[in-house]
Amino acid sequence: MPDPEPALVVNELTKRFGERTAFSGVSFQVAYGEVFGFLGPNGAGKTTTVRTLGTLIAPTSGSATVAGIPLSPENGVEIRQRIAIMPEAPGLYLRLTVTENLEYFAGLYGLRQAGSRIKDALDAVNLGDRAGDLCGGLSKGLRHRVGLARTLLSDPAVMFLDEPTSGLDPVAAREVHDLISGLRQKGVTIFLTTHRLEEAEKLCDRVAILNTTLRVVGRPVELREQLFKSALVVKTLVPLGDPDQLFTRIPSVEGWRSDDPGSYVLSVSDPTVAAPEVTRGLVSVGAEVLAIGEAHHSLEDVYLELIDEDVEARKR
Amino acid sequence: MTHLDATRVRAVIRRELRDYRRTRSIVVTMAVLPIIFLIQPTLTIFLAPPSAAGDTYYRLPLLILLLVPVILPSTLAAYSVVGEREQGTLEPLLTTPLRREEFILGKAAAVMLPTLVLSYTVFGLLLGVVRLFAKPVTASHVFHQGPVLLALFLFTPLLAGWAIVVGMAVSVRASEVRVAQQLGTLASFPPLGVVVLFGSGVIHPTLPVAVLLATGLLAADVRALRIVSRMFDRERLVTGAKAVRS
Repeated sequence: MPDPEPALVVNELTKRFGERTAFSGVSFQVAYGEVFGFLGPNGAGKTTTVRTLGTLIAPTSGSATVAGIPLSPENGVEIRQRIAIMPEAPGLYLRLTVTENLEYFAGLYGLRQAGSRIKDALDAVNLGDRAGDLCGGLSKGLRHRVGLARTLLSDPAVMFLDEPTSGLDPVAAREVHDLISGLRQKGVTIFLTTHRLEEAEKLCDRVAILNTTLRVVGRPVELREQLFKSALVVKTLVPLGDPDQLFTRIPSVEGWRSDDPGSYVLSVSDPTVAAPEVTRGLVSVGAEVLAIGEAHHSLEDVYLELIDEDVEARKR
Repeated sequence: MTHLDATRVRAVIRRELRDYRRTRSIVVTMAVLPIIFLIQPTLTIFLAPPSAAGDTYYRLPLLILLLVPVILPSTLAAYSVVGEREQGTLEPLLTTPLRREEFILGKAAAVMLPTLVLSYTVFGLLLGVVRLFAKPVTASHVFHQGPVLLALFLFTPLLAGWAIVVGMAVSVRASEVRVAQQLGTLASFPPLGVVVLFGSGVIHPTLPVAVLLATGLLAADVRALRIVSRMFDRERLVTGAKAVRS
């Protein structure tokens, strides 16, 4: 059976505001049911990309298909009917209750008899008992949850969440993470922009890193493998007498460096082959080994490597 | 022809009316302003000297009531778009399937409804007070102002419509609520020039003249509403920059 049509297809999309380029030549695809992380520093063009795909602003060039519909001004209403966007600030009417806010948006999506939809959305974000509260009296975290409930109302094919945990304390952020994880398990397609890397690593199937141009797209583990060679980390109680002589005679070790006394990072092609050889070598010279293990690079390492490359390139 | 969805328009109207009810300053302003405008005409009519000539003396106090449908909606209309932008509620709204025509129509209707209710209530109160408590000769003069009373009835929604559309036009393009409200109020006054010409006797108020002017005002309102719909540009509202497509 052929692959189903992707939820998002973006092809060489560019947006310029006069002389300033918000993003340029961006291409990627997002499958239905996928949680796709869109990462980048402030001003990288993440929010502008979401606004463009959400038909709020027009691209300067390029093309895209959103929820199966070509991105164009004429298709704006139809696209917006199939997607939901939660901007960075939830933008609630503070003098209205939670239910009244949701009733309003249910009406804007043309939903009649929206009572059960509203109840389901509030239950999904654990706000059923706050339905009658004025939004002005809710904490920031609860307002974000109302914003999430609002995006659930229309049962969207694609949900865009723009910095959903921005400005939230760790507890409130974790609640939002749990909600997104729950949506992921239900198969909701989510396009998540964030600059919280641990959030992306935890929640996303794939990530893209944008810094005006798209730097990489892939699974976090693939990006780590692409950018960083495999490495072993060796720690000894006492610094080795002649680490160079030891490590260069082990065939599976391609290079080494020492960050601290008694701490060594060895570049290897295959850690499972190198680790026993390195252990034998260390024992043969009488090293007092504290630990030996595979080095792990986080998504943050990948991100910083790419963004640092951009900074260096701009300096040149 | 754009297909308008009644559910979406109703949703906008209902939300706006709820917000008015919950905002004390709007409720107080809406209640107090018409009362203030009721005082002057009432005093003028009740303190009329015996020599007051019906046609000219009683015409102006009645026409002053037309300030109510001009002033009352102008600040609300001027707030309608830029206010949402300042509150941060505009962007979520623009991400929904709501068409710009539905948004404009819903917002305009939500301002128009309380304006009409209050304006006609004020007219009714004045005429009721005159009928019940004024001397018969005074009441007779007032109720003999047929074309003026017709003008009051006809011009109220039309002047309110103009004030609303102009206020929204300013609101769509303004970057700050206060500026929008000042400009919106100023821009809503020009059609009152016709009323002044009526009241001062430069234009003699007859039935055909009243109907003709009302028709002209209606055409201006409809045209202005279309222009405001075209001015509603999502990209400009979100980013402050006009959309340029390749």
